[in-house]
Amino acid sequence: MNLCIIGGGPAGLSAAIRAREDGLEDVLVIERADSLGGILNQCIHHGFGVHVFKEELTGPEYSQRLIDRALKLGVKFALGAMVIDIEEDRTVTYVSPRGLTSLKPGAVVLAMGCRERSRGAIGIPGGRGSGVYSAGTAQEMVNMKGFKLGQKVVILGSGDIGLIMARRMALEGADVLGVYEIAPHSGGLKRNIAQCLNDYGIPLFLSHTVTRTKGLKTLEGVYVAKVDENYQPIPDTEHFIPCDTLLLSVGLIPENELATKINVEMSPITGGAIVNNRLETSIPGVFAAGNALHVHDLVDHVTLESYDAAANAVKFIRGQLPPATHSTIVTPGHGVRYTVPMALIPGEPMYTISFRSSGIYSPCEIKISADGETIRSIKKRAIIPSEMERVRFVLKNPAKEVKVEIL
Amino acid sequence: MTEITCVSCPVGCLMAVTQQNSQISVTGNECPAGLEYAKEELTAPTRNIATSIKVTGGHMTMLSVKTATPIPKSKIMAAVAEIHKITAAAPVAIGDIILENVTGTGVNIVATREVKAVGFAHTHPLF
Ligand SMILES: Cc1cc2nc3c(=O)[nH]c(=O)nc-3n(C[C@H](O)[C@H](O)[C@H](O)COP(=O)(O)OP(=O)(O)OC[C@H]3O[C@@H](n4cnc5c(N)ncnc54)[C@H](O)[C@@H]3O)c2cc1C
Repeated sequence: MNLCIIGGGPAGLSAAIRAREDGLEDVLVIERADSLGGILNQCIHHGFGVHVFKEELTGPEYSQRLIDRALKLGVKFALGAMVIDIEEDRTVTYVSPRGLTSLKPGAVVLAMGCRERSRGAIGIPGGRGSGVYSAGTAQEMVNMKGFKLGQKVVILGSGDIGLIMARRMALEGADVLGVYEIAPHSGGLKRNIAQCLNDYGIPLFLSHTVTRTKGLKTLEGVYVAKVDENYQPIPDTEHFIPCDTLLLSVGLIPENELATKINVEMSPITGGAIVNNRLETSIPGVFAAGNALHVHDLVDHVTLESYDAAANAVKFIRGQLPPATHSTIVTPGHGVRYTVPMALIPGEPMYTISFRSSGIYSPCEIKISADGETIRSIKKRAIIPSEMERVRFVLKNPAKEVKVEIL
Repeated sequence: MTEITCVSCPVGCLMAVTQQNSQISVTGNECPAGLEYAKEELTAPTRNIATSIKVTGGHMTMLSVKTATPIPKSKIMAAVAEIHKITAAAPVAIGDIILENVTGTGVNIVATREVKAVGFAHTHPLF
């Protein structure tokens, strides 16, 4: 057993494709669902693949392209197989209809994706009546199962999933009363605000939140209020909105119970592993990619990152990855919330850093500096927190620190 | 005067668009793409849509579908109503035409995922 990839979403499939393309014989993808493709199966809208396939595909079409390629290349799959344990020597244990299986691969890629933050995690008080769903669950119920949810819908959170679901519910004939966003700006792409809200006359209320819900058996409505600059509800602005459905689009959390089991060093900001430019975690031979590493805006970036992780995993297995004796720290400077990777091992012709901004900057400049000396600057018309940036640069001389900042 | 968000790129300029006779002028756009987009939005706005319909005899019960090319924005709700009346039958391949000429737009509705006929699940090595 050579390479074991945990998760059969776009990250896992892309990693498997790259490992086989690089000539690795034995590549296994372990997926707990009965089918491959991960979350993309339920993302039936357009907007995937513009970078990787140079055409605009829907989610299922994007994942099918990866599945077809992986099958053609002879990637092995275990489906309905959930990895329940991993040890520091990389022994991976999974349960499947065949029972319990343990194997010890030469390297592991963690590609478990992420899950949605739930109602409990943000603590909205009120009755536990039916009609409250996370936006992703609602997406699956409507698109994959054909369920009809409610007729009067309120959405909390203006991230892209919330916006996409606002349009989806409108197309299903529901009355979408509004999208409420606690921040003073939307967490989603302007494109999605235009095409998912404005097209359907759905209002967006910024600096607003849902304070409580009403309804013991079924949802009868929600209370909403304006918030101050500290995101605290302003009491006399609270009012009641009758509705039968509340969708929560309040963030994604990388799914990393397995990583923490073997004490992989984790980033409190991304919720994913701390990795170097090889996308290798603090445990040698354990790599991470996709939403399990950090939440991505575009699946195209997931594919590119996973290619890199797999290429390095293959080198590791072949003993072509010299152990890192020292490394350059990457620090997020002004305007940068986090970077991936967080460290660079010297000797690569080119480095790629992904990052997200902490605010809206327009127009602006991305500056990369090594020990205080500028090595690359890129002019941008706009950088917004909901879009991930990827920069590439050459590091000619050894450095202690590389800093990424937005000026 | 109409306000339009340009969706040509992620900057998303908020543009003020005015129309006098056939003359369309735009302010607030940072590049020429804004004018082109505004012209299209004012004269003939189009959109892609995607939804799911029932499918019988397959390994799944719902089939995702899309417009093969964009349709006029004004036809969206009528098109969705027409699409939702259809039930497909497995097997279905990606790209199969599910409905021709939706609401007279000349645009076909095509499948965006594969649905195998039942029985497949027991013979295919992946399932
Ligand atoms: C609800 C939702 C909607 C989204 N909508 C969009 C969109 O519209 N456009 C866009 O570009 N991006 C969207 N995204 C982002 C999209 O998820 C990512 O671009 C991409 O799907 C991430 O791929 P991944 O493989 O990392 O994760 P996933 O697609 O989540 O795949 C992870 C896979 O790992 C499996 N897994 C997890 N743990 C285990 C385990 N222990 N054992 C075995 N298998 C395991 C899961 O079952 C899953 O199949 C959305 C994300 C979510 C959550």
